Amino acid sequence: MSALLDVQSLRVHFPIVEGPVFNRRKSIVRAVDGVDLYIAPGETLGLVGESGCGKSTVARSIVQLVKPTSGAIRFNGQDLASISRTQLRTLRPSIQMVFQDPYASLNPRMTVFDAIAEPMIAHGLIKLSEASERVASLMARVGLAARWMRKYPHEFSGGQRQRIAIARALALRPKLIIADEPVSALDVSVQAQILNLIAELCREEKLALLLISHDLSVVKHLSDRIAVMYLGKIVELGRAEDIYHRPQHPYTRALINAVPIPDPTRKRDRAAVLLQGDPPSPIDPPQGCPFHPRCPHMQERCKQVVPPLEPHGENRVVACIRAEELQ
Amino acid sequence: MIRFILRRVLGFIPVFLIIATLVFFLIRLAPGGPFMEGERHVPPEVLEQIRESYNLNAPLPQQYAMYMWDLVRGDLGPSMQQPSRTVSQWIVLRAPVSVELGFYSLIVALIIGLSAGIIASLRPNTLTDYIPMSIAMAGICMPTFVMGPLLVLIFALKFQWLPVSGWDAPAEKILPSITLGTVYAAYIARLARGGMFEVLAQDFIRTARAKGLSETRVVLRHALRGGLQPVISFLGPAAAGLLTGSFVVEKIFIIPGLGKQFVDAAFNRDYTMLMGAVLFYAVLILIFNLIVDVAQAWLDPRVRYD
Repeated sequence: MSALLDVQSLRVHFPIVEGPVFNRRKSIVRAVDGVDLYIAPGETLGLVGESGCGKSTVARSIVQLVKPTSGAIRFNGQDLASISRTQLRTLRPSIQMVFQDPYASLNPRMTVFDAIAEPMIAHGLIKLSEASERVASLMARVGLAARWMRKYPHEFSGGQRQRIAIARALALRPKLIIADEPVSALDVSVQAQILNLIAELCREEKLALLLISHDLSVVKHLSDRIAVMYLGKIVELGRAEDIYHRPQHPYTRALINAVPIPDPTRKRDRAAVLLQGDPPSPIDPPQGCPFHPRCPHMQERCKQVVPPLEPHGENRVVACIRAEELQ
Repeated sequence: MIRFILRRVLGFIPVFLIIATLVFFLIRLAPGGPFMEGERHVPPEVLEQIRESYNLNAPLPQQYAMYMWDLVRGDLGPSMQQPSRTVSQWIVLRAPVSVELGFYSLIVALIIGLSAGIIASLRPNTLTDYIPMSIAMAGICMPTFVMGPLLVLIFALKFQWLPVSGWDAPAEKILPSITLGTVYAAYIARLARGGMFEVLAQDFIRTARAKGLSETRVVLRHALRGGLQPVISFLGPAAAGLLTGSFVVEKIFIIPGLGKQFVDAAFNRDYTMLMGAVLFYAVLILIFNLIVDVAQAWLDPRVRYD
């Protein structure tokens, strides 16, 4: 299968300098520390993990908002780091992003029309005279009335603003949409609407989607495959059904356990594995398996060996040396 | 918006009258008066007569009532010390010079201040930030009465590129404009940097970058409108101050503007001239603040007046 997006051993490290001029301490935040993933055309990949695990940094380095420290990001076979600025510019419309907080991610001084039309005009996809018609049709696509196009973001609700953000992302006819926590800032009542809208648009336009969330239940219905991240690394990746119903990595298991059961009368039949403590700091990650300080199945050798991502069964990779025996 | 402007203009009237009242009594609290026995050795009887003719011997409430009655009809009276012209005529004669100086200074301030502030904000905490900001800090700290003579010393006396003083030839207008403009440039630079800095950290700037827009477009089209808001707020009172002239700069460069007239009036206890200058200044501030409020609404659609 030829991948639309192919990320190989991506590392994003942020140096931080602390303290006064003398006695300065330099340390490195390993936000993303060796991530491999690919997305096929039209496919939806869910990326889940706790806050701070590097999900958003993966997304931002794919759209070149942050510069990767090492590793390759290939889009349609082209390495984004090595192509020229002009080539990058022609490629940029193909990858568009929907951000987490629609209250902050839209420019409060630009009308809906400006926000949606600007990238199309800036990239020379349409002329100004055609903009109004195109914006109207995009707004219709995301369920907004075209007569609102001269309004400003503050005149809309959170769900409507996220629809604007989606229309803006669609405007450039992308091949891949990266949705970074697209519903976590929204009311629960509109979360499902927005998720369904994203899924529906991706299906109809045959768009690939990288759906990022800290909430496994948000991701599982929409994703073809799910990747689970912990402390800058992918710990498990496989088909959504398999991940959700037959998790193999202890961390994935803990995440699924954390999904609340909406029916209070239903007995919680699964064993409650609750994670203790906080994730370790990415400045000073633990030796060996990054998850071992919190893992209920930790053994002595977990402290020494960094578990590689290894195939376990069909279409699944797991980074746990005990995955087999814990089955 | 029209209603807002009308209401604000109506609101000017009480503010104006209160300022007039305060200044009227404050001036008379100061020791001395316009026609006192002094170095000129005018016979006391003559002085008494002059005072009588300006109503200065009447009880204070009566003087106040008469002045206000004239004021409401737009009559600022004759200048007590320079009776060849009325106060209004003096203002009409002197203000254009100050306004011209203020206008050039404002241009200098905006060009230097905005470019320094914006450049500094783009790479915070690097040399391109520190250098312009240190100069700006120095500019704020350096008073015009140091800056002016310093510029004269360098450009007029040492290199002899520009004239020392005056206000006729275009070359004479350069040094005063720079002297007055740099102080404001420094403030504008710091305000622009702060404002831009704040806006550039916002999420919607990240959105703009993710759209794939060029950095120039991100800065000019997305960041600037919000980033300059603090500068706009500052520009109201600043413009009023600049246009009425800094008496220090007018004094240094011997410019026949309103600022000089103002200070002379204060020293000479020229009651009517002083009142006129203060009220002219007050009206300018009121008008510029209104312009700023209107500009604010135009720049930020979330600001709505009704």
